[in-house]
Amino acid sequence: MNEASLTLAKCASGIAGLDEITGGGFPQGRTSLVCGSAGCGKTQLAMEFIARGARDYNEPGVFMSFEENEEELKSNVRSLGFDLDDLIERKLFAMDYVAVERSEIEETGEYDLEGLFVRLQHAISSVGAKRVALDTIEALFSGLSNTAILRAELRRLFRWLKSQGVTTLITGERGDGTLTRQGIEEYVSDCVITLDHRVTDQLSTRRLRIVKYRGSTHGTNEYPFLITHTGISVLPITSLSLDHAVSDERVSTGVPRLDTMLGGQGYYRGTTILVTGTAGTGKTSLSATFVDAACRRGEKCLFLAFEESQDQIIRNMRSIGINLQPHVDKGLLKFHASRPTFYGLEMHLLVTHLLVEEQRPAIVVIDPVTNLVSGGSVGDVHAMAMRLVDYLKGRGITTVMTTLTSGGNNLEQTEINISSLIDTWLLVRDIESGGERNRGLYVLKSRGMAHSNQIREFRLTNEGVELLDVYLGPDGVLAGSARLAQESKAQADEAERRDNTRHRYLEVEAERRSLAAQVAALEAKISLQEKEMQALESQEAPQSERREAGRAAMAKSRLADAPVTATRSRAVARKL
Amino acid sequence: MIKTERSKSTRSPPGLEESTSVEWDLRLYIAGRTPKCVAAFSNLQKLCEEHLAGQYRIEVIDLLENAQLAKGDQILAIPTLVRKLPEPIRKIIGDLSNTERVLVGLDLRARS
Repeated sequence: MNEASLTLAKCASGIAGLDEITGGGFPQGRTSLVCGSAGCGKTQLAMEFIARGARDYNEPGVFMSFEENEEELKSNVRSLGFDLDDLIERKLFAMDYVAVERSEIEETGEYDLEGLFVRLQHAISSVGAKRVALDTIEALFSGLSNTAILRAELRRLFRWLKSQGVTTLITGERGDGTLTRQGIEEYVSDCVITLDHRVTDQLSTRRLRIVKYRGSTHGTNEYPFLITHTGISVLPITSLSLDHAVSDERVSTGVPRLDTMLGGQGYYRGTTILVTGTAGTGKTSLSATFVDAACRRGEKCLFLAFEESQDQIIRNMRSIGINLQPHVDKGLLKFHASRPTFYGLEMHLLVTHLLVEEQRPAIVVIDPVTNLVSGGSVGDVHAMAMRLVDYLKGRGITTVMTTLTSGGNNLEQTEINISSLIDTWLLVRDIESGGERNRGLYVLKSRGMAHSNQIREFRLTNEGVELLDVYLGPDGVLAGSARLAQESKAQADEAERRDNTRHRYLEVEAERRSLAAQVAALEAKISLQEKEMQALESQEAPQSERREAGRAAMAKSRLADAPVTATRSRAVARKL
Repeated sequence: MIKTERSKSTRSPPGLEESTSVEWDLRLYIAGRTPKCVAAFSNLQKLCEEHLAGQYRIEVIDLLENAQLAKGDQILAIPTLVRKLPEPIRKIIGDLSNTERVLVGLDLRARS
């Protein structure tokens, strides 16, 4: 037996995210119920199920509407890119609008809903439908008063649909304390999904939850979803896995000296970079520099701005010599500026997902991520940031997030406690000295690379971001004018020191020369004396020889044999 | 169109079909010969004879044979009696066993 036959067969809805939560789609050949209050997207979901099935899965479908007529439905989904007329022509789609007008119906005695069955059967067989949607079957209850018959007939209908082997989606209006007003969830036992449109703190979020799904595992949480121009998007945001593929590739930060600080090559691709700092320390500029460098390399970037509008960022960056406009024009850079309070956190996350899916960027900038706190609690933002980081990492996207640290807080702590998720953390801080505020930058951490531990002065010039060595003196780190003053002082000191050295050198040189002259004079004297000594010696030698000879002659004449001569000759020598 | 689709079992009472002034055009939708449908037809015939003798025509449409016709008159319940003429259109569902309500539904008796 293969695996497929062991698990429940599923019918993919084709709705982004929904099939992930349901583990493949709706139970095939069975009836699923989608319920929710008015305006929460039931009809939309049912229609997408049928239309996507017909268009993308080549599974013909029948849409039976009890509320909206054919024309209304067609125009509703045309904006989402579904051409129902075309699908009808290709025999992939059939629609039937069932109008139940209570005022023109009189009930007299026993009846059944065979007419509905006949119509459904007719529609199903006309296209060979595999999918059926009934929207909203509960409308029958407002048209017909005999609920006993209706209930019996609905039960029969669901059984019949099952026997037809079609995958059915029925929608139902949420009731008071029940999932549907008429309690039809009783008859649908396979899969029940609720949709919800909730407003918390004036922020509305659509949510979806699988209440039950018999015979299948499914995500149990409430998942936010969005109805966009491409239809419904559900976000299975709680999938947190730590199995991203990592890259050894490095990407330049756009600031050569910052690259040097980060092991010489910049960030790792696919990592998450956090830039923290107090207000006005150049976090956006640093991000923009990175984006600019990436766009120049031809990489796609997505800039999520929660603080400034696109035009404002472009203008401001132009003032430091970074022109982002050409990148926008070329389609490499996409801005998405929105107020954090515009919608809930999950919706932000979902929008980010959609934008990323659409743009497929290599780099995403979120500026600043802390502003989202105004859209939810710190805990929520933390959870959202975690999901976001996780998602972007999973896609191999290099992410730059900026966070604003409010004054007085510990700089090495982010307000939303996301530092542990971060691979490279740059801290931009003020250095206050000499009546000035200057910017200093350092790498707080950078996983997997040897990074510089030094503070650099961070300057925003007309030519972009520039990093300079700070002056480390006895008074601590000096930056800005103080650094300049210190530098010129150091230069002056240096010049003076050089002068001193030169002077001293000359002195020593003079002394050496005079010594050398003395040495020369002395040497001359020595050689003179040596010559004199030699002269003396040369005079003495012949005289002593003569004396010896005389002495020998004398001894010979006296016939002496004693060695007296030696003594006498020694005395002579002493005299000399 | 509908006349040609008329089912074999749907003969109007003999002699009335050619009536020159057909003021009541009634259509009965059924789905097969179920007891409810048979009952509805006989109830209708009896009622028409009593109240509309000579001025009515009954057309019976079996949806099992002509499913596509269900859409036109928005048929859901079976059996359904549709009063096409006189205007406005009225629908009466059920086996027509409650004569009073049928008469009210056909506007032959004032609503109480």
